[in-house]
Amino acid sequence: MTLLAWLLLATASIVLLALLMVAAGVFTWVERRVLGFLQERLGPNRVGPFGFLQWVADTVKLITKEDAAPAGADRAAYILAPAFAAIPMLTGFGVVAFGEGWAVADLDMGVVFVMGMLALTVYALVLGAWASRNRYAMLGGLRAAAQMLAYESFLGLSLMGVVLMAGSFRMSDIVAAQDGLWFILLQPLGAALFFTAGIAAAHRLPFDLQESENDIVAGFMTEYSGMSFALFFLGEYIAVMLVAALGTTLFLGGWYGPLLPGPIWFGLKVGLICLAFIWIRAALPRPRYDQLIGFAWKVALPLALLNLLVTGWIVVGRAG
Amino acid sequence: MKTVADSLWRIGRMLFAPKRTREYPEVKPELPPRYRARIVLTRDPDGQERCVACNLCAAVCPVDCIAVEKAETEDGRWYPETFRINFARCIFCGFCEEACPTSAIQLTPDFELADYQRASLVYDKPDLTIAGEGKHPGYRYWDVAGKVIAGKAKGEGAQDAPPMDPKDLRP
Repeated sequence: MTLLAWLLLATASIVLLALLMVAAGVFTWVERRVLGFLQERLGPNRVGPFGFLQWVADTVKLITKEDAAPAGADRAAYILAPAFAAIPMLTGFGVVAFGEGWAVADLDMGVVFVMGMLALTVYALVLGAWASRNRYAMLGGLRAAAQMLAYESFLGLSLMGVVLMAGSFRMSDIVAAQDGLWFILLQPLGAALFFTAGIAAAHRLPFDLQESENDIVAGFMTEYSGMSFALFFLGEYIAVMLVAALGTTLFLGGWYGPLLPGPIWFGLKVGLICLAFIWIRAALPRPRYDQLIGFAWKVALPLALLNLLVTGWIVVGRAG
Repeated sequence: MKTVADSLWRIGRMLFAPKRTREYPEVKPELPPRYRARIVLTRDPDGQERCVACNLCAAVCPVDCIAVEKAETEDGRWYPETFRINFARCIFCGFCEEACPTSAIQLTPDFELADYQRASLVYDKPDLTIAGEGKHPGYRYWDVAGKVIAGKAKGEGAQDAPPMDPKDLRP
């Protein structure tokens, strides 16, 4: 690799990271406004036009806040956990193809890489919960671990149908395979299961049992404040965007769309999925955590296996 | 599944529903006249101050935010030499208004008292006294009070009977 290519790649990565941070900030504002509207309120509308700069004010506030570890906490793990929450999510975006040739690293195992990065956050949650020396945090961490086992079981299988049909794990190949027809039309069951698991993977309502504030204060985040709280927060919002980007790539035809250039279509689709996430958060109550785990193992996993089996028959039948 | 779709529809359509938020600094709330906020000292119809420095408001105040010092004019009227309310302490309970025998101290609906410095929340008599009569127009304490002042001898008040002669046997 020449020096020029390396510099270009480094610049692209930094630009992508900066864009993701800003996007996560804007997402928090959009979420608060949309949630407000869904609850007959206005939401934050004071800072800047339509309150758009609210996220800047929030960031400044979080940076200036005291970031103190509780007495008896495991300090090293306590400080490390928030970084583990944010970094894998940012890394996962490295393989996402935003347009034709618009990927920092178009790995041939891109989908698997993103899945792995999504799964890594649970370490951050359990580590943060353990390091906090707080009973509520510990309960949240245990739930995070149990929930991870539950949703990971069908998250991977639900998108395997798409991989079978595209014949590749590479993001750009999967998008290229949807030139004529989006996979959501061929794999509706897979898409439904994927987005259900995606909500759980991004730790969003209604599947945010590890921080469910009604019964365990804030779960694993109970003791966190200031910038380490903000990193957990950033991780969650980037996880939502990562799941949305993955969903767009796998089921909604990635960058394909009429008139507008590819990356803009990609952004629009990701934004729509993010809005759907906010809508679902506003509308649905949180299940009990045994209900979620029961649903995952008894309903979703068999359905995902069935979907994979039928897709496999069809793909093999057509090839043969 | 049906209930999930139902709540998604019901919540989703609220996006376009009218919003209930009242945008406060631009849209002021309409408060009832008996709302309890900033405290004022009123005057009687002649423009004389009503407060007679009886100290009942300071005594009843649960947070001790009122300080009164009594003085007396040459014609025999009591008046407060200092009247100070610390609004950083005041809880706007309205006990002072209920305790006041002369309707001098009254609470008003003006609640915008926020300030950057605690010291500027201590209001002295000139800050508290208003020009008008507040909620009891036409009321003059010195007309109805039994106390003798210059120009009003015993029995000359509005509600007074002539003084009784204890040595007279007639009923």
